[in-house]
Amino acid sequence: MTQDNDLIITNDPWHPLKQLTPARIALGRAGMSLPTRAHLDFQLAHALARDAVHIPLQFDTIKQSLDNSGYRSQLLQSKAENQAQYLQRPDYGRCLSEQSIQQIATQQPQAIDVVIVIADGLSSKAIANHALAFLQHLVPVLTDLNYQLAPISLVKHGRVAIGDPIAEHYQARLCITLIGERPGLSSPDSLGIYFTYQAKANISTDADRNCISNIHANGLSYQQALKTLMYLMTKAEKLQCSGVTLKDETTHNNTKIDFNYQEHLNSVEN
Amino acid sequence: MYKTSAQHLSYDFKTLANVMAKATPARSGDYLAGVAASNHLERVAAQYALADVPLKQFLTEALVPYETDEVTRLIIDEHDSNAFAPINHFTVGDFRNWLLSEDATTDKLTTLAPGLTPEMVAAVSKIMRLQDLILVAKKCRVITRFRNTIGLENRLSTRLQPNHPTDNAAGVAASLLDGLLYGCGDAVIGINPASDNLEATARLLHLLNDVIERYKIPTQACILAHVTTTIKAIEKNVPVDLVFQSIAGTQKANESFGINLNLLNEAHQAALALKRGTVGHNCMYFETGQGSALSANAHHSLDQQTCEARAYAVARKFKPLLVNTVVGFIGPEYLYDGKQIIRAGLEDHFCGKLLGLPMGCDICYTNHAEADQDDMDLLLSSFAMAGGSFIMGIPGADDVMLNYQSTSFHDALYIRQVLGLRPAPEFEAWLIEHDIFNAHNQLKPLTEMPALFKASILKLTGGN
Repeated sequence: MTQDNDLIITNDPWHPLKQLTPARIALGRAGMSLPTRAHLDFQLAHALARDAVHIPLQFDTIKQSLDNSGYRSQLLQSKAENQAQYLQRPDYGRCLSEQSIQQIATQQPQAIDVVIVIADGLSSKAIANHALAFLQHLVPVLTDLNYQLAPISLVKHGRVAIGDPIAEHYQARLCITLIGERPGLSSPDSLGIYFTYQAKANISTDADRNCISNIHANGLSYQQALKTLMYLMTKAEKLQCSGVTLKDETTHNNTKIDFNYQEHLNSVEN
Repeated sequence: MYKTSAQHLSYDFKTLANVMAKATPARSGDYLAGVAASNHLERVAAQYALADVPLKQFLTEALVPYETDEVTRLIIDEHDSNAFAPINHFTVGDFRNWLLSEDATTDKLTTLAPGLTPEMVAAVSKIMRLQDLILVAKKCRVITRFRNTIGLENRLSTRLQPNHPTDNAAGVAASLLDGLLYGCGDAVIGINPASDNLEATARLLHLLNDVIERYKIPTQACILAHVTTTIKAIEKNVPVDLVFQSIAGTQKANESFGINLNLLNEAHQAALALKRGTVGHNCMYFETGQGSALSANAHHSLDQQTCEARAYAVARKFKPLLVNTVVGFIGPEYLYDGKQIIRAGLEDHFCGKLLGLPMGCDICYTNHAEADQDDMDLLLSSFAMAGGSFIMGIPGADDVMLNYQSTSFHDALYIRQVLGLRPAPEFEAWLIEHDIFNAHNQLKPLTEMPALFKASILKLTGGN
């Protein structure tokens, strides 16, 4: 844009307020409308968020990187056959496909404490950017505690509750699901972690889960998220439950833990 | 049994709920619920059948059982048969024809409102096109008052929504000042708190109250916390203007929100007793949205639009200042794309207005819906043409706390220019008095810090 630009658009003299909030304030105006730059900045942010939802996660690449780090893993899929169906049928995203059910049924039973599930959810970018890095914080801690882990389940078109049938299959006490959260304009790659104690398909509800959300470069750090997760898991082992009943005792270290069922429904919708 | 035939096929619809659901224009939430028409022909067949249903039928065939649902009891027990008398012989199809006719004047529609039930207005909306929904809603006039007057002809109000990811006071203040300087905030200055507890709610209520009092702004404040939190705030003498609550159209869905009619009544009485309104006493602010009953598994096999209209019966009971349908927030499993969101917004506005409610619309979408800013522009333009009472005003249309996109301060200025819509008169006078607007409904250009807020801005930014 040329220098004439400054003559055409009206800048807002209160722009120093921008430092106080991530909100899009003091944008100025062209006539009464958005100036070209502010308009394009918005379109850019929206494009990133849309791509996070629609560009498929490269599951093979993720599996390869888990293999390289020495983590056993397996590729699974939900009942949703494609992205459009995944978006419109949350019920399909909570069940494993017939093929995946058969795949895990063939495994030898063994004593398992913890199931880790990684689902693309609503942001492939969140998983691509954060899943392995978070596992590298989490798995050593679980190993130190002598927990037995099932192969890490990588689930295509999965919603939060996809962890339930997997945890139930392994008869695992602890189910940890990493999932791509609904992308915002300022956070297209936000990772969410859901923890469920004794998860069971069609029995566990959102009220039985604890959520640690907003894990990304400008949000919660891996260390903070892990600290909260371990706190919740320790409590859950003691009380033999998870979800809303853990609510009142987890207000430490600034981490926002989202327990409110309706707020969860509205803000995450996985 | 409701029968019709089309193209040599005969259709038997078992119940009225069945006809209603299958007659509903396509949307993902009804497919998810398994109640939608299975093809286009079945949908139109259901619309023919619905057009022949007498309006009276809705008074005798409850779509959710009277015995087990307090919303149904509210609808039936408070129905005004005298107001209904002039149209009690109509079918749904007749009703559509009459609404579109010159005989259906603003005065007649106002008088009729207590005689209408949510199911009647939902039914007629299903056989109306968007232009019908706009034309009829435009004839309705619903005026409410607290510290200003909302809903007058050729006026459009805005809710200023200065949300912040952590409820940081300076962050909220920055967005709040930006919004006021763009002429927004006459419907309400309303914040969605990041955490719903008494301490956070009280702190934000004091902040908004201080701003409104200090600058003598003819508007009202609201923190959108759960109604039980707001009741506690009132008990602690925190300044509460409006009581907020999300509501739905069935008792079971409302229970999932942790509310019932008694609790809402308690909150309404508590807010009324504060007598904080200056030009009127409408002191409730409700939000609704298609799909909320289904998401709580409380839809009783009804379509989501009928459930939504039933929520307006709950709202109507408490004479609200504002009712806001948050149309695209819930996600694509309920409203898949821009087309479905646009229709839902106009249906909700039409149904609410016919029932006598001050309807606004959070014209919005999430990033996993098949929608973008162009879709919002279409809904904004048609909603304003329909005489919508208020819209949201969010910095740059991007809510950094709730992670969705709604309408911006600039969007409000766009529609003011195109359709000549002014803010509430008391608020407009305040904007002109403080050199924010000129007398022609336009922002004044500012080359330096605005005098009114200069001290506050310097204080917030440390004098930089």
